[in-house]
Amino acid sequence: MSHDTPQGHASEHDGPDALPDIDETTADGETNLREDAYWHENLRLLGVLMAIWFACSFGAGILFREWLDQFMLGGYPLGFWFAQQGSIYIFIALIFFYVVRMKQIEHKYDLDD
Amino acid sequence: MDTQTLIYLFVGVSFAVYIGIAIWSRAGSTKEFYVAGGGVNPVVNGMATAADWMSAASFISMAGIIAFVGYDASVYLMGWTGGYVLLALLLAPYLRKFGQFTVPDFIGTRYYSKAARVVAVICLIFISFTYIAGQMRGVGIVFSRFLDVDITTGVIIGMGIVFVYSVLGGMKGITYTQVAQFCVLIFAYMVPAFFLSFMITGNPIPQLGLGSTVNDGSGLYVLEKLNLVLGDLGFGAYTDGQKSMIDVFCITLALMVGTAGLPHVIVRFFTVPKASDARKSAGWALVFIALLYTTAPAVGAFARLNFIDNVNEQSYSEAPGWFTNWESNDLIAFKDKNGDGKMQYRMGNAFDGKPEFTGTAGASGERAVSNTPVEGNANEVYVDQDIMVLANPEIGNLPGWVVALVAAGGLAAALSTAAGLLLVISASVSHDLLKQTFRPNISEKGELRAARIAATAAIIIAGYLGIYPPGWVAQVVAFAFGLAAATLFPAIFMGIFSKRMNKEGAIAGMISGLVFTFGYIFYFKLIAAPEANIAANWLFGISPEGIGVIGMLINFGVAIAVSMVTASPPLEVRKLVDSIRVPRGAGEAHVH
Repeated sequence: MSHDTPQGHASEHDGPDALPDIDETTADGETNLREDAYWHENLRLLGVLMAIWFACSFGAGILFREWLDQFMLGGYPLGFWFAQQGSIYIFIALIFFYVVRMKQIEHKYDLDD
Repeated sequence: MDTQTLIYLFVGVSFAVYIGIAIWSRAGSTKEFYVAGGGVNPVVNGMATAADWMSAASFISMAGIIAFVGYDASVYLMGWTGGYVLLALLLAPYLRKFGQFTVPDFIGTRYYSKAARVVAVICLIFISFTYIAGQMRGVGIVFSRFLDVDITTGVIIGMGIVFVYSVLGGMKGITYTQVAQFCVLIFAYMVPAFFLSFMITGNPIPQLGLGSTVNDGSGLYVLEKLNLVLGDLGFGAYTDGQKSMIDVFCITLALMVGTAGLPHVIVRFFTVPKASDARKSAGWALVFIALLYTTAPAVGAFARLNFIDNVNEQSYSEAPGWFTNWESNDLIAFKDKNGDGKMQYRMGNAFDGKPEFTGTAGASGERAVSNTPVEGNANEVYVDQDIMVLANPEIGNLPGWVVALVAAGGLAAALSTAAGLLLVISASVSHDLLKQTFRPNISEKGELRAARIAATAAIIIAGYLGIYPPGWVAQVVAFAFGLAAATLFPAIFMGIFSKRMNKEGAIAGMISGLVFTFGYIFYFKLIAAPEANIAANWLFGISPEGIGVIGMLINFGVAIAVSMVTASPPLEVRKLVDSIRVPRGAGEAHVH
C-alpha cells in the first residue's frame, strides 16, 4: 500500500504539522479534525463535479437542447450530440477526474487506503 | 458452413466457456459466494459490471427504440449511464468501506434496525424479480428466432446454464463468466455497427459516422437526411422529440437515480479490494458500457435509414429476403390498404394492435392479417422495434458468422444480467433474512447451502415467469427503476451523507416513497384504461416512467421531517458514518 513507502507518505513532504490534528475533535467531540477537513474538501469537489454532471446532461441535453441545436458539431446538432453522445463522454471524464483528485486529497491528509 | 450451423457452433462454444469458468471458479465460502472473496481487480470488476448491467433490453431493444423515437430515446442513453456518476461519486466507495455483503446489510446496520433491513429486502426482491422475468423472456426469444427451438425449451436451456454457474460459482463464478460474456456481447454489437457505418457513410467508426455525410452523393449529413426523409413521410424530425421537456427531465433523472440504487449493480462494488478501487471500478464499468451506448444511437439512425430505403414504395413481391424472414417470425407485417402491391411506410399505425395472421396469403403473397386497418393514414407496414439489432446483419448483407455472433451476444447479455439478479436475491434471503434476522445461529456451511437453495428457487421462479410471462411484465419495467430511485437510493445516500438521519426517518421515508411510487405506476399501468395513461391525467405531466423522481423527493422530505422530531442515532452509529467516510482501513469484507 502506498502509504507504507517513504515517497508515498504525505508527511514526508508537508510535515505532520501541516495537517489538521488527528487527535483533536470537532465541537461536537465526535469527528477528528483531520477527517473532518478531508470530508469537507471531498464535499466541495463533489459539489463542482455534480454541477458539471447536471449541466452536460440535464442542461445541454434537455433544458437548453433546442437552443443549442442551432449550432452544429459536424453533422450533429449540438444539443442532440450532448443528449446522445457528449454527456456520456463527460460522465466518464468526471469519474476518472474524481478518481485521480481523490487519490491526491487522501494522500495529502494521509488517509489513503 | 451455413448460417444455422455457425449459430449452433457459436452459441455452443460460448456456453461451454461459461460452464468451464464456473467449474474453475467454484465458491467455497459465503464470502466467495456473496462478494467473490473481495479481491477482484477493479478493471475486471468494471467489465463484469458492464455485462451485469447491459441486459437483453440494452442489447436487443435499445437501438430499435432509438431508431423509432429519435431524440426521445436520449432518456435511456443519459439515464442508464449518468447513474454511474452517482455510483462512483456518492455511493460505491463508502459502501465498499462499510464492507458488508448486501445492500440490506448496509441499511440494517446504518439504521440499527431489523425492520429497516426487512423493508430493504422487500424492495430488493420486488425490483430484482421484475427485472429478471424480462431477461429469461429475452433468452427464450433469441433461442426461438435463431435456433429454431420453442420459447419454453429456450428458457429451460437458459435456466440450466445460469443454474450451473451461479449456484456453483456464486459471485466468484458469475464475475469471471460475466467478463467472458462482456467480450462476446460487445464484439457482437460492434462488428455489424462497423459494417453498417462504413456502408452508409464510408467511416467505419459508428460514433463518427453518425456525424458524417451519407455517401450517396447527396452531400447531406446522416441526421439531416433522416430528418428530411422522415418529414416527407409525415413523421416528426428525428432530432426533435415528442415527449414534453418535464417528462424527459424526470424520466432521465429517475433512470439515473434508479440505476445507482439497483442492488445487483451496487453489490458488484463490494467485490473490489479497497474503497478507492470502487471509484476506479465504476469508471471502468462506464467505459465498457459507453462502448455500446455511444454506438447504439448510430446503429439506430442507420437502421432507420436502411429500413426506409429497403421497404418504402417497394412492391412486396420484390421485398428483400430479411423482410419475409422476419415476417414469418411475426415481427413485420404488411397490410395492403390501397391495393397497389407496394409497401407504403408512413406515420401512424397500419392497423390496430399486434398482427393476427390469418394463415392465408394476401394478393401479393404477403401473410394476410385480420386486424382492422387504421383509417386516416397511408401506413401499411407494421414493424417491431426489436428487429433493428437482430436483423441488421441481414439488412446489411453481412456474412453468416456475424448473424451467429449476434445470437451469441444477445444470449450473453440476457444470461449475465439474469445471473447477477439471481445472486442478489439469493444473498438477501440466505444472508439478510436467515443469518441476520431469523436464524442468527446458522453455521457458515448452512448459510452457504441456504444461499444455493435460494438461488435454485429463484431460477425456477424466474424461468416460470419467462415461460408464462404475466401480461404486466413488459408494463412494469418502470417499477424496477422507479422503486430503486424512491426507496433504496435515498436511504443509502442519507446514510452516508447525513449523520443525523435515524431509523425512524429512514423507514418512514422508504415506506412513503415505496407506497407513492408503487401506487402511481400500479394505477396508470394496471388499473386505468390505456387511453387514460396520457399527459393530461399525469401529476405535473410526469409519466409513470419518470414518477420515481417525485417518489424520491417524498422519501427525502418525509425522512428529514421525521428524523428532526425523533431521537438522534446512537453514538456508535455516528462513529460508523465517520469511519465509512474515510478510505483508510477498508480492509476485508468481514463477517460479524
